[in-house]
Amino acid sequence: MASARSTAIALQVNGETHDLTVDNRTTLLDALREHLDLTGTKKGCDQGQCGACTVLIDGRRANACLQLAVAAEGRAVTTIEGVADGDRLHPVQQAFLDLDGYQCGYCTPGQICSAIAVIEEHAARWPSAVTADVRPEAGPPPLDEEEIRERMSGNLCRCGAYVSIVRAVAAAASETAPAARDERVMA
Amino acid sequence: MREFDYRRAADAHEAVTLLAENPEGRLLGGGTNLVDLMKTGVENPALLVDVRGLPFDRIEVTGDGALTIGATVTNSDLAADPEVRRRYPALAQAVLAGASGQLRNMATVGGNLLQRTRCGYFGDVTQPCNKRVPGSGCPALAGEHHNHAILGWSEHCVATSPSDMAVALAAFDAVVSARTPGGPVELPLSEFYLPVGDTPHLETTLPPGALITGVTLPAAPVAARSRYRKVRERASYAFANGSIAAALDVQDGTVRDVRLAFGAVASRPWRAREAERALVGGPATAEAFAAAAGAELAAARPLPHNEYKVPLIANLVVAVLTELAEEAAR
Repeated sequence: MASARSTAIALQVNGETHDLTVDNRTTLLDALREHLDLTGTKKGCDQGQCGACTVLIDGRRANACLQLAVAAEGRAVTTIEGVADGDRLHPVQQAFLDLDGYQCGYCTPGQICSAIAVIEEHAARWPSAVTADVRPEAGPPPLDEEEIRERMSGNLCRCGAYVSIVRAVAAAASETAPAARDERVMA
Repeated sequence: MREFDYRRAADAHEAVTLLAENPEGRLLGGGTNLVDLMKTGVENPALLVDVRGLPFDRIEVTGDGALTIGATVTNSDLAADPEVRRRYPALAQAVLAGASGQLRNMATVGGNLLQRTRCGYFGDVTQPCNKRVPGSGCPALAGEHHNHAILGWSEHCVATSPSDMAVALAAFDAVVSARTPGGPVELPLSEFYLPVGDTPHLETTLPPGALITGVTLPAAPVAARSRYRKVRERASYAFANGSIAAALDVQDGTVRDVRLAFGAVASRPWRAREAERALVGGPATAEAFAAAAGAELAAARPLPHNEYKVPLIANLVVAVLTELAEEAAR
């Protein structure tokens, strides 16, 4: 078998296709930051434990640090740079601003990408680990503080801004009723 | 990280063929465990065969009431599936109890079955570890082992299986399907994971070069009343210190059918058959549940720093079976 330790890929990010050649070892996180200069996505632990690198892949949140770039070809990646509608912030971004859902801000892009997905997942009636009855007949639980904290548990905030983060997610969730949802992020 | 070749398998046959031709190759599913282990040097494949896109992404009810789950189904899709939640709620709960929303979106069923232990010595290439380097020793026995095994371990390895999903699958008699160079194979989960013995580096009975294609859960009406409960050191997003998957059928105060499996106590999901035998036909009381837990845990051999797991598991058995019995009585 011919040896190929790097691969030419077409990476679709925020609606644009980028042709680049990556060492197969390159994570999506490093491809975004080092190849495409999209530095909004942050590197925290680089081992899938902190959530700072959270992006949306085919509309679903994922840790970019554990996603090989070469394996992301053909998939639609959305980063924090791609969630706003032009100059109009995404409702989750606006809620984080309005309610101080951060302190230093380093984890914030990952928190926002994750929260966008949390609201979509809840609208799709997904249960969580704190949902008392997971049977579909029980219906989805209200997106209360306990549910938000569980669903956001993959995003750590070393400043401990969780109280404001929970408020921001709750506010954005009540604002983004299913009819008003931004369809682009769940494409 | 060692350099590697990357191939996206067009179909199962190509994946199995590539693996057969490349002994240093590994299958890539969601990558949540493998990529992490490659970064730390625990895994050093020369080739990754990407199988995430293979068409094993369906969950289907078959004619005989069994449920088949494709190997590339993500944890998220497994836990959200209405039939899983209706027929095997403990399986949905087990999956939801593991990892984070991001990781569950990436991780696959096939990869989940093959994920490696989170023993700190296994994950640290500067330390001896019989699972990583056979014959190098097991520092956990006299070292950090507060979250290690109490059942089925050997002096060669005391690590635990980290999977929540596999605990529920063990309770419900799952059968693993795989393609191999020699043809398709079906392995009951009870025969899928090898005992530790003196070969902790050998973890499953899968033949070399095998590709897991799916898991089948036989019809099990008892599973409709089932629960997974996990105890961990923080409220969410942590591996278990102990967990239990339980299903219970009680009629007129008598146990008709029961399924019990424990997590975070052994190198594999621990089906508690002694406890099940002790319970069937007997009264559905807290005393009987405690006695059954004791029967299973009589074989436990805790180490100095994980003795807490014996009463932890016993208490989980009593608490969860009591809840299920109360539900049945309503």
